[in-house]
Amino acid sequence: MHELGIANSVLQAVEKEVARHAGTRPCKVGLRIGELAAVDQDSLRFCFEAITRGTELESLQLEIELCPRRHRCGICAREFTIEDYNFRCPQCASLETECISGDELELAFLEVEEYGACTAGRESTE
Amino acid sequence: MERVPLEGKVLSENDRLAAHLRARFQAHGVFCLNLISSPGSGKTSLLERTLESFSPHERVAVLTGDIQTENDAIRLRRFHFPVKQITTGGTCHLDAKMIERHLADWRLEDIDLLLIENVGNLVCPSSYDLGETAKVVVLSVAEGDDKPLKYPSIFFKSDLMVLNKIDLLPYVPFDVQAAAENARRIHPGIEIVKVSCLNRSGLHEWLMWLQERRRAAKAMHQAVS
Repeated sequence: MHELGIANSVLQAVEKEVARHAGTRPCKVGLRIGELAAVDQDSLRFCFEAITRGTELESLQLEIELCPRRHRCGICAREFTIEDYNFRCPQCASLETECISGDELELAFLEVEEYGACTAGRESTE
Repeated sequence: MERVPLEGKVLSENDRLAAHLRARFQAHGVFCLNLISSPGSGKTSLLERTLESFSPHERVAVLTGDIQTENDAIRLRRFHFPVKQITTGGTCHLDAKMIERHLADWRLEDIDLLLIENVGNLVCPSSYDLGETAKVVVLSVAEGDDKPLKYPSIFFKSDLMVLNKIDLLPYVPFDVQAAAENARRIHPGIEIVKVSCLNRSGLHEWLMWLQERRRAAKAMHQAVS
């Protein structure tokens, strides 16, 4: 349910960035979302399309990179992806590992094109 | 086509306000807890039992969030500590701006402990930093013992899990050990206390945890200032 607020925050960030690139318009915005971020991707896409529909950002695409939970071993410093909640280091079998990523909710990039060039709409690219 | 790298968090405005609140809390030595659970797990009951255990001299204040009604604030005002209701009018979580706004006419100098009861919801509140010292998740045995696996984010971010309504254990198919294991699978360092706000069992353990954490925060505050 909070995905609407998140979609709004993304749009605000896009608008802010676009203002710095005169004569362009945004085509695609990229986000990084961790599996621990409690954000539902489908719901976020739905909200994003709902609030851009009928606006000049209607053709703006949303690209989401899902980030897995990763840990670093406190003993041997190996970094590894957590699967099925198994926190044991695959290298030295230590359980002294700490979470280093997986709760991202970050802006990654914005693709902009000069006016007129960005004609591929959301529907035609999917 | 040009790709411009963007930096920062999506909720950077909330995070900025939360960082500001956290700095203010630290400057005034305020220990702040953000209580999160599903609706009906017993956050308000836990706060009632907590407030009634305090002497009237304790410098405690409560912000309690709900979508509608003043009901929780009315329940909590009986203990004569400052209580403010935050009605979000539909929003499923509290955010840092709401906290800032509702703290505006309280003097932080007069508060040692700020208890924030979030809107009943295990999902959305976990994304919004309120500047709290720690998050506490309340789970009741009337829910499923696999809740930590289904809603990992909040269990990952909470320092403590309060397992409430343990007086109901004889009547419900809730496996306490499985719930604890599930919570630790998500967050190996999470602490767990088991309480009943109805028959008051286990409350001592919760109050000790609170006291211990407040003492540690105070010691850190004094060391810094």
